[in-house]
Amino acid sequence: MIELRNVSKRFGDLVVLDGVNFTVGDGETVALLGPSGTGKSVLLKHIIGLIKPDRGQVIVDGLEVPRLRREQLRQLRYKIGYVFQNGALFDSDNVFENVRLGISDTSKYDDEEYARKAVARCIELVNLPPDVMEKFPAELSGGMRKRVGIARAIVGEPKDLLYDEPTSGLDPVNSDIIDGLVKRLDQELGVTSVMVTHDVRGAFRVADRLALLSNGRIVMEGTQEEFLASKDPKVREFLERDFQASTFAERAE
Amino acid sequence: MAPSSQRFDLRRVTGRAVLTGMAHVGRVSILIGEFFRGLREVKIWLPRAMDEAWNIGVGSLFIVLLVSSFAGAVTALQAGYQFQGNLPWFVVGTLVTQSIILELGPVLTGLILAGRIGARYAAEIGTMRVTEQIDALESLGRSPASHLLVPKVVAGLVMIPVLVVFANVIGVATGWLAASQVMPVTNADFAYGAQAFYRPFDAYYSLIKAFFFAASITIIPCYMGFNTGQGAEGVGRATTGAVVSSSVLILLLDTLLAKLLLHQ
Repeated sequence: MIELRNVSKRFGDLVVLDGVNFTVGDGETVALLGPSGTGKSVLLKHIIGLIKPDRGQVIVDGLEVPRLRREQLRQLRYKIGYVFQNGALFDSDNVFENVRLGISDTSKYDDEEYARKAVARCIELVNLPPDVMEKFPAELSGGMRKRVGIARAIVGEPKDLLYDEPTSGLDPVNSDIIDGLVKRLDQELGVTSVMVTHDVRGAFRVADRLALLSNGRIVMEGTQEEFLASKDPKVREFLERDFQASTFAERAE
Repeated sequence: MAPSSQRFDLRRVTGRAVLTGMAHVGRVSILIGEFFRGLREVKIWLPRAMDEAWNIGVGSLFIVLLVSSFAGAVTALQAGYQFQGNLPWFVVGTLVTQSIILELGPVLTGLILAGRIGARYAAEIGTMRVTEQIDALESLGRSPASHLLVPKVVAGLVMIPVLVVFANVIGVATGWLAASQVMPVTNADFAYGAQAFYRPFDAYYSLIKAFFFAASITIIPCYMGFNTGQGAEGVGRATTGAVVSSSVLILLLDTLLAKLLLHQ
């Protein structure tokens, strides 16, 4: 279970999160929506302890993340897979070595045969051909890099998966492929997932529940139906970018 | 008249500079602590350090030898010009050997490598910072120190003193060659002059300087890289800052070590 209680964060004079309360239950997939620059990625980085809050609590599986000692934080991170916006693959390593770094167990990481099999299985899970393992990140397309990033996040068999804009910068066909992949992984691996996105259609396809972040606060949380039925101007303004107003009623039905 | 808020306030400027300096010292100290902590993960850093050592050693050998050979030749030619008719010719041998081993070999090598290695380290780590590769390492429960910092620093601490030894040998050799070709300095004169004032400590002093310069050339650029600001501009600033800061630190260390080790 992931829980943020009254979390605030500012960078200089800029208030990014202002008393955010956000909960994700075990096995649930929640899409965190919001326009660019509203602090969605900052919120996600709080969950894995890459950023510490100025105020409030971040609790993952009963552990308060900002208070964890170095080794405890490392152990927690082994249980969480993080998919970065642009893949964040290591330029100097090939795909195999990139994905292999996600194997958290040291003895398994050092076991060449286990590592080969585990990486190959994850590469197959994300619909990439086996020969991609010898390629370097610079030789891959944007969509392939994102899928390698997902493979790296799942190879350590995490309990939670955090996706930071997994479809941003992709064409609609590749976006659909990634959305389908996220959905399939959630079902097959049974993980708890948080997907940060500004792609409403993708969020509707993948998530059990949605949350909208605006001006540093969660302005609405609920199911797709509750979002479509919402009269909140911020919610409607955001959804109307992707859906024609006329389709709201149809979808709500 | 400028409004009071825009007036130059020496106390404020000084105070801010002191605080910024203290913050840098604090963060560099933390980074050095991370370096020692990262040393424990030998399996992670050793293979990477071997690659880095090869890059530093073989990649920099040509430019280091080129510069030191010119430095040796010019020192010999200028010494011959200055002392012509006033001092015996063997003094050229003394001057070339002492100048190269005590000063020019380590300092010129240090300054060249601050540009070559320091800029590369700052740009490489800075780019990894802005493209979230360092965040990715941390998110995987892995230490950026053992993957990035330790291999680079260890490789520098081992290879830069070796490059300085090469620079010293080639610098003295080209000085000898220039002196014997252009001036009436015999091989016996040069060899006598080189040995007349040479102390074994001189070679150690050269290596001690090289070791400290190596720390400056590797740790400062890594620090700048880890603390890179946003985007390409941030990487550019980190790279420039790394070269300037490590070069200035080399000159400061040069003076400090001369005082501490040669004038006790």
